[in-house]
Amino acid sequence: MAEPVLQVENVSKRFGGLLAVDKASFTADKGRITALIGPNGAGKTTLFSIISGFAKPTEGHIRYRGVDITGQPPHLLARQGIARTFQIVQPFTGLTVRENIAVGSHLYRAGRVEALDAATEIAEVLDLGNMLDQPAASLTVAGRKRLELARALAIEPRLLLLDEVLAGLNPSEVRDMLPVIRAIANRGVTIVMIEHIMQAVMSLAEQVFVLSEGRIIAQGAPQAIAADPRVIEAYLGRGAAERMSAGAVHG
Amino acid sequence: MKGISTILVVTTLLALVPIVTTSNVVLNFLVTTLLIALVGQGWNLLGGYGGQYSFGHAAFFGTGAYATAILQLRFGVNAWVAFGFAIAAGALVGAIIGALSFRSGLKGSYFALVTLAFAEVLRIIASVAPVTGAGVGLLVKLDLRPEAFQFQSRLPFYIIAVALVAIAMIVVRLIEDSRFGAYLVAVRENEDAAKALGVNVVRTKLIAMTVSAAITASGGAFYAQYFLFVDSGIAYGPWISIEALLAPIIGGVGTVFGPLLGALVVKTLGELAKHVTGDAPGLDLVIYGSVLVLVVAFAPRGIAGLVASVRNLFQKARETAAGERSRG
Repeated sequence: MAEPVLQVENVSKRFGGLLAVDKASFTADKGRITALIGPNGAGKTTLFSIISGFAKPTEGHIRYRGVDITGQPPHLLARQGIARTFQIVQPFTGLTVRENIAVGSHLYRAGRVEALDAATEIAEVLDLGNMLDQPAASLTVAGRKRLELARALAIEPRLLLLDEVLAGLNPSEVRDMLPVIRAIANRGVTIVMIEHIMQAVMSLAEQVFVLSEGRIIAQGAPQAIAADPRVIEAYLGRGAAERMSAGAVHG
Repeated sequence: MKGISTILVVTTLLALVPIVTTSNVVLNFLVTTLLIALVGQGWNLLGGYGGQYSFGHAAFFGTGAYATAILQLRFGVNAWVAFGFAIAAGALVGAIIGALSFRSGLKGSYFALVTLAFAEVLRIIASVAPVTGAGVGLLVKLDLRPEAFQFQSRLPFYIIAVALVAIAMIVVRLIEDSRFGAYLVAVRENEDAAKALGVNVVRTKLIAMTVSAAITASGGAFYAQYFLFVDSGIAYGPWISIEALLAPIIGGVGTVFGPLLGALVVKTLGELAKHVTGDAPGLDLVIYGSVLVLVVAFAPRGIAGLVASVRNLFQKARETAAGERSRG
């Protein structure tokens, strides 16, 4: 049994009358890639914000490496090894690519030179090596997504929360990113990814949780999830699974 | 170290100006310009690097000025010692205002308004409190001895002003190249992204504000010693808050040389305007306003930014020329 790095326990989040997350629970095991999928507005990003300390849950607890971290501010969680990327990329636009990454590298390096050197290394890994001195504002969508990932890696995380790092990339860019993400997990980093691109989820994730209307409605291996009628209904509407299987029989 | 040698060269050149002229008019002009450069450098650390635009740096300038005068007049403290305490007092006021506004999450124009309000409250208190001389103000006792931080001529004051500006520039340059500096700029660019990378945003802003206030307070303390007079309008008046932000914005926000460049340009223009119009009151303010509009419209990164883009342009032109030559 793999040891869980992250345990989300019965977390709920209410925004006024809207229950964005409803008693959601899931775990992520050490060194594995766990995917969180679900239709738009299911509460995936809200859940990420709660885990990374940007939002406080209305109820429930987050455990990280066995310790209750619910309600701790983001910078303290980052120092304990929890890194996140933002769905809407948040580059430091006025800084160069190298300087962007170096902000993260500084977490364990006080010296400017060491931080910039560490940033250069990470940039090479993510194929940003030839854009080191370009301002972040000049990057393409794919470049910005890579930068987002590079910055998160710069704080040398144990747990990496990836919020749609593949969204907005073209198929060949997605293909380039898959091995990068897999390599991060192979180094022992636990990854939880929110992703809409099913091809990526199928190829990367070992465990998938499906969030719909704030609730976890299914969990399991990617292949099982893709065939799960509850999941199909969450995406395509009530009765869709039935119609599809009926169609398969008749067709 | 890179950058610091440039600062030393420029400030040494400034310190050598009295070899060319020791005219009181010129030195007086340069001292006030350097004073604005110093106060502006304080503002620049918080506003230029940290992105927190204060409209109330008078609060720190005035605290420095009053602390110097009060410690000498009421407690008989030596002027140099009082100067040190004045800087500490300014830093304390900065830390208090910073703690109150940053902890409650004030940003942008709200932060600007709150700092303006603090400076105005201090001005009104100073204009009625007996300890600050109320409406009359405070006259520092004339005691023309170097031990009392007073001099027969303007020359020593000028050298001290250059030294203070040099120190402030070196401090800012060292911060620029440190972890704290990287965090400060990250906070300016994007607070959420900074938090996600382990930056304690409130603490970073608070330290920046404290150091910023200390630098600006040193300007206030210097002012009190140079003019030997302080009242509430001078110390806590909006004029100094405006000069403090004008110099770096015109010179180039978030650059080490911005405040000095800006102060030189603004003060020179103001002086010229006075000459041309024969001391028409308020005309220098019109000039400030026009220059500010022009800078914001055409050179948002100030004169320093303008210089950098022109240099880039030349470099590109040279590269293209070189490329064509190698091809031809």
